[in-house]
Amino acid sequence: MERLSYTLNAAAPAKGSRRQAITGVVASGNLEVLAERVLPPDTCTVDIATAAHGFAAVWQAVFSDFAARHQAGGLRLSINDGGARPDTVALRLAQVVRLIEEPEA
Amino acid sequence: MTPSSSRLSWLEASARQRLAVLVDPGSFAEFVGPEQRELSPHLGLFDLPEQFDDGIVVGRAALGGAPVLVAAQEGRFMGGAFGEVHGAKLVGLLRSAARQKHDVLILFDTGGVRLQEANAGELAIGEIIRAIVELRRGGNRVIGLIGGRAGCYGGGGLIAGSCSTLIVSEQGRISISGPEVIETNKGVEEFDSRDRALVWRTMGGKHRYLIGGADLFVDDDPAAFREAVEAALRRPARLDLAILEAEQRRLQRRLQRFGGARDGTDVWSILGVGDPAAIPSLATDEFLRQAADCRETADDAR
Amino acid sequence: MTLAEVLNSLFPTGHDTTVKDGLLFGTGPLRDGDMAHVLGVVDNTALGVEGALALAGRVLEIAAGPDRDPILMVIDSSSQRMSRRDELLGLNEYLAHLAKALMLAEAGGHRTIGLLYGGSAAGAFIATALSTGALAALPGATPAVMDLPSMARVTKLPLEVLQAKAKATPVFAPGLENLAKTGAVHQTWDPAGSLADQLAALLAVPPGEDVRDRLGRERGGRPKAAEIAARVIEEAGRV
Repeated sequence: MERLSYTLNAAAPAKGSRRQAITGVVASGNLEVLAERVLPPDTCTVDIATAAHGFAAVWQAVFSDFAARHQAGGLRLSINDGGARPDTVALRLAQVVRLIEEPEA
Repeated sequence: MTPSSSRLSWLEASARQRLAVLVDPGSFAEFVGPEQRELSPHLGLFDLPEQFDDGIVVGRAALGGAPVLVAAQEGRFMGGAFGEVHGAKLVGLLRSAARQKHDVLILFDTGGVRLQEANAGELAIGEIIRAIVELRRGGNRVIGLIGGRAGCYGGGGLIAGSCSTLIVSEQGRISISGPEVIETNKGVEEFDSRDRALVWRTMGGKHRYLIGGADLFVDDDPAAFREAVEAALRRPARLDLAILEAEQRRLQRRLQRFGGARDGTDVWSILGVGDPAAIPSLATDEFLRQAADCRETADDAR
Repeated sequence: MTLAEVLNSLFPTGHDTTVKDGLLFGTGPLRDGDMAHVLGVVDNTALGVEGALALAGRVLEIAAGPDRDPILMVIDSSSQRMSRRDELLGLNEYLAHLAKALMLAEAGGHRTIGLLYGGSAAGAFIATALSTGALAALPGATPAVMDLPSMARVTKLPLEVLQAKAKATPVFAPGLENLAKTGAVHQTWDPAGSLADQLAALLAVPPGEDVRDRLGRERGGRPKAAEIAARVIEEAGRV
């Protein structure tokens, strides 16, 4: 497995107050993303475990785009990747942010 | 992304989605959740990806206000198979249920034991069955829900056979040896694993419901599963020698009635179904109507 | 050891057992004067619907009977019987029924002891060997979930790769040592010693909770199972 870590420029803090959210499944062509609201509001980090080696630049591009489009400050994002394509990764990142923004039950 | 319970397919839903729409809204609290990162200690040896919850979600919830403990397998992670951590989470849940005297819902979606951790998975199956028996002897219920893509195979099928009540949809399958295993070991004449209709006639939800291998048959719909769970929670909760003696008679009778059957359609014909070949294509209402007259039941004998 | 050798060492003064269709039924006298009920799956027989039902039926008769004699299950089986017919008829219910019967017999006061002297695999292993209160094994026994060549085929890994990985961990490959390390086998007996004495010693240990996960941790075969189960119990107990 390849393990990668990124620190992103967070445009703004993630909305809502939920402490964590999770989306996705570790299956072929899929991934899971765990979001934990544990960092200072101007910080966002991503840790990935993936069996696909050598795609650091692709991950970097997906995350830069994500950070520009979504308010993810304060979030520690952790990914277990089952070989997902970049658009699926982007989808799951957007999903997990939407989930963590949901009002508490 | 909160799914509407009436449009979500149980088959297509994830473990977490199924739980979210099955139990009372906002009532679910997870044990040993993904943030604890209790990954498989063994998949790394095979360079296989891990999942933070090791493919099973366990916790407490309420159903119609009544407290239940719940477990949901994620069939798309490693085929929902039992690994060391996955199995131990369910073992712990069942042991907790016995201490707290709660009923348990198990949302099965499993191909059986995870081969990369085969011995740990196999041991977990034994421990789970033992914990279920203890819980049931104490007067609580273990209700199994079967309707996922992976089915309920291998050790999962054994666990299902120890549950109080089984709820199955048409998409569900229950078996010990799967179609591929039978074909590999005994040849394609014995079982053509690519013949999907054969798989469903032999192991599928409708057949299991008719032969008494499952107790409640529902649509591929979380609302239908929920309604069936509510019914299951009203059934007697007992496991004693009398129940097992009744099961002995039920299973003996089954061999006598159907021991010569070659195919599911033979079983249904013996049961008295008018047009056995039509069973697979029947809509739920019509299927239940025909089944009501002739199916075998396992009431107080499971 | 052969079945005959096993039985003669367990019951040196004689035993009253019969084998038919790969199933063994009977009784034998214990050291302390009590009798033991003896059951078994023998001759590398696959456990199907008929066999599971017959064994369970006998267990239930014993459980309903007047004595509290222990039940000894001797095991040299193959796996569950793999056939269209067994699955059509609901083999999962028959095997689970046997497991439940053994567990209820134990709960009702009949110690259930498994003695694995040959093979035992997959569903048969769970319904017999793992469903007794304690499992003893003799060297040369070959418990398995699945044989390595089949595992190689299913996992799409070369057999040599699996064999190499099997040297690094006891958690997946067949074998008595691995099933003992992971906690399935409570005791490995000495074939050169009296099996009657070793059975008496095991029966003298009072039965208790299921400690297989703790054994697996102590012996290094399952590093996480006991801890994870305990953590779930602890979290579930918090209000």
